[in-house]
Amino acid sequence: MITCAEAVRQLWDYLDGNVEESQRELVEEHLAFCRRCCGELEFAEELRGFLASHAENDLPPDVHARLTATLDELSGA
Amino acid sequence: MHVQTLGGAAPLRVGTDAITPCRATSLRDSGVVRADASPDSERATADRFKALVERELPRLYGLARRLAGDDAEDIVQEALLRGYRGFSQLANENAGSEWLTSIVVNCCRDHWRRQGRRVEEVELDEADDFSLFRRIADEDPFPYSDSVHVDFLHQFGSEDVRAVLASLPELYRLPLVLVHMTGYQVKEVAYLLDAPLGTVLARLHRARKLFERELWTYAELHGLLKEGAQR
Repeated sequence: MITCAEAVRQLWDYLDGNVEESQRELVEEHLAFCRRCCGELEFAEELRGFLASHAENDLPPDVHARLTATLDELSGA
Repeated sequence: MHVQTLGGAAPLRVGTDAITPCRATSLRDSGVVRADASPDSERATADRFKALVERELPRLYGLARRLAGDDAEDIVQEALLRGYRGFSQLANENAGSEWLTSIVVNCCRDHWRRQGRRVEEVELDEADDFSLFRRIADEDPFPYSDSVHVDFLHQFGSEDVRAVLASLPELYRLPLVLVHMTGYQVKEVAYLLDAPLGTVLARLHRARKLFERELWTYAELHGLLKEGAQR
């Protein structure tokens, strides 16, 4: 049996599939009875989605023009 | 020259020699551009490089923005110079996207080194046990709301997120951005950074916790907390 603190420390790695099988079972055993850590797990998933949703690739037109000019000169266009 | 591979497919790291960022008007004079390069094969190679970069440019710039903030343009420009020099050595052009990503990452790391940044491990402290989930719940003026955690995150715009990322030490920002905002697997980041898998996992764990803590700090400082949740 692991404590809440131990479970919380492993939740992200658990979501990423980066915990060993024995640890995964311990985390799941803990989640089966700990409502608060289930909330922590759901929030960790929210945070992962939050990070991914802010991974925009906006390229301002002026920056695009300057970088394209560099590329044109490098490639001899 | 130091060469790594990602999944054994493509050279990931071209020369790490510092190249002074320079504007387009000086490239030919500097000798970076081969003024006498005229054979068809070189023309075709240059065209393929250009086509690859044109496809990848928004993504590369977005990555550089998340890693290096306002220095992103200089980073990408330097990456283009390095990429152009190393493109003919790229064994598998299908891996060109990952190859360019690795060049941008290496340009960022060299940029930080040139700035004299020491990338140090953060001491194990309360950050490791910080829980944004608990903090939001503890400070929530409306404790019976089901959406308080999601509401908290919705307060942040992209500029806010970039500012929070910028507050993280580079050592931690790098794996966080690569894994959670670029889609790399942890083992790919380990290859890319030439670091042991366990080290990257530990830094990623610390990075998430620091990010949680800095989100809360930023929300406090910038008035993003609901009235009553501010100290």
